[in-house]
Amino acid sequence: MKPAPFGYAKARSLDEAIGLLGQQPDGVKLLAGGQSLIATLNMRLSEPRLLVDINGLHELSGIRLDNDHLVIGAMTRQVEIERSADIARHAPLLAKALPHIAHPAIRNRGTIGGSIAFADPAAELPACLTALSAEIEIAGPSGKRTVRADDFFKGLFETALGPQDVLTAIRIPTALADHRCGFDEFARRLGDYAIVGLAATARANGAGLKDVRLAYFGVGATPVRASRAEVALAAGDLDKAVASLSGDIDPQDDVQENAAVKQHLAGVLLRRVAKQMTEARS
Amino acid sequence: MSSLQCDITLTVNGETIRETVEARKTLVDFLRDDLGLTGSHVGCEHGFCGACTVRLNGVIVRGCLTLAVQCDGAKVETIEGLSDTGECADLQTAFETRNALQCGFCTPGMLLTAQELLASDRVPSREAIREHLSGNYCRCTGYHAIVDAVEAVAKARAGSGT
Ligand SMILES: Cc1cc2nc3c(=O)[nH]c(=O)nc-3n(C[C@H](O)[C@H](O)[C@H](O)COP(=O)(O)OP(=O)(O)OC[C@H]3O[C@@H](n4cnc5c(N)ncnc54)[C@H](O)[C@@H]3O)c2cc1C
Ligand code: FES
Ligand code: FES
Repeated sequence: MKPAPFGYAKARSLDEAIGLLGQQPDGVKLLAGGQSLIATLNMRLSEPRLLVDINGLHELSGIRLDNDHLVIGAMTRQVEIERSADIARHAPLLAKALPHIAHPAIRNRGTIGGSIAFADPAAELPACLTALSAEIEIAGPSGKRTVRADDFFKGLFETALGPQDVLTAIRIPTALADHRCGFDEFARRLGDYAIVGLAATARANGAGLKDVRLAYFGVGATPVRASRAEVALAAGDLDKAVASLSGDIDPQDDVQENAAVKQHLAGVLLRRVAKQMTEARS
Repeated sequence: MSSLQCDITLTVNGETIRETVEARKTLVDFLRDDLGLTGSHVGCEHGFCGACTVRLNGVIVRGCLTLAVQCDGAKVETIEGLSDTGECADLQTAFETRNALQCGFCTPGMLLTAQELLASDRVPSREAIREHLSGNYCRCTGYHAIVDAVEAVAKARAGSGT
């Protein structure tokens, strides 16, 4: 199918983009990589009156170090994150997760800000940011604000972004020497959205782990922290951690898989990811 | 400032093009309908099949998930351009001799995608080839012959030092 007609404006500044978003409530959409948005327009699942293209806003793009944080601009392409030496060193979880997202031609265009703003429940990056205790920087009509990843994802495709907000950057605490991370997912085919996936971080504690953060995706409307399993894993009891997942996550049947299979796969992932974290040497 | 129609200037396969396009027109429809470059195909129109793969400013993208208006000032290359310059002539020959195509619908996208892989990874493993081509669907060949062709060209290029 072809999209319904819409107008197009290429924003020359962040302020202009925010101003344009305010012109026709509900009828305006930001265009980032377009890899989710244009697909929904082609299928006429969405019929905005105006697209505001933010691809020209270079201030929204790039990866830089800011003391003990890594700052990733919203318009940074997925491929840049996949290949960045700074990401590999300071946020290795993202380097592990990126190859699982879609396919090379899509990662050449798709942006980190678009993935986070779109907030697909089976997407990798929202869960990674949750595991990494990342912060999301937002600019809107009343100025700038920062929201923790834990508070950003509100519901199915729903986030803390208001209709006139632009996600501008993501801030991630840089990995220290004792940082550990793990990532794995089950997907039907390479590049598909996950059936179930797990992004995790922890700190080494002798041969064990502490400060464990487990963020599942594909098991609920948003990334889901498995807090009981986190405690059990930090106590060194992997079997108990796997057993406690039944109280932490409550996957529902979806187009990909039924709930019982998802619950089982979540346990398999926890064993794999725990192994990645305990076997890692920095 | 915003409108349903926009004027764009871009280069397509090295030639400067000036056109007025509807904002909603995708790049692949623009190439096929306005410029008559029908080598890029339209399959699913939502990013899954890879038949519409073209190069935008040097990297492969989905022609169905990029708008023509976004290509103002850009450099676009299609299979017609790559064929004319001979950039992937060896891949084209290998696809033909190894039966890596039957109907040929997926082939332009496969060639552009394989060419990008070989530019960054000179002798990729079969695994890496499959991974890089994972977003390009072929309904005829079963992929084996395609992987064979790409692998053979990688080895030949590495061997001849080009
Ligand atoms: C075949 C296929 C397979 C895919 N597989 C996966 C996968 O396995 N995992 C995965 O995570 N993703 C997958 N994707 C989606 C892909 O990662 C998208 O690129 C991503 O979800 C959206 O990023 P984008 O930059 O393309 O955003 P766009 O499509 O441009 O925008 C998406 C939405 O976010 C809004 N938005 C974008 N940027 C901002 C911003 N800075 N501030 C506020 N709002 C903003 C837009 O208005 C729009 O509503 C797949 C896509 C395709 C086509
Ligand atoms: S037509 Fe573009 S990916 Fe299928
Ligand atoms: S040769 Fe027919 S789809 Fe690939």
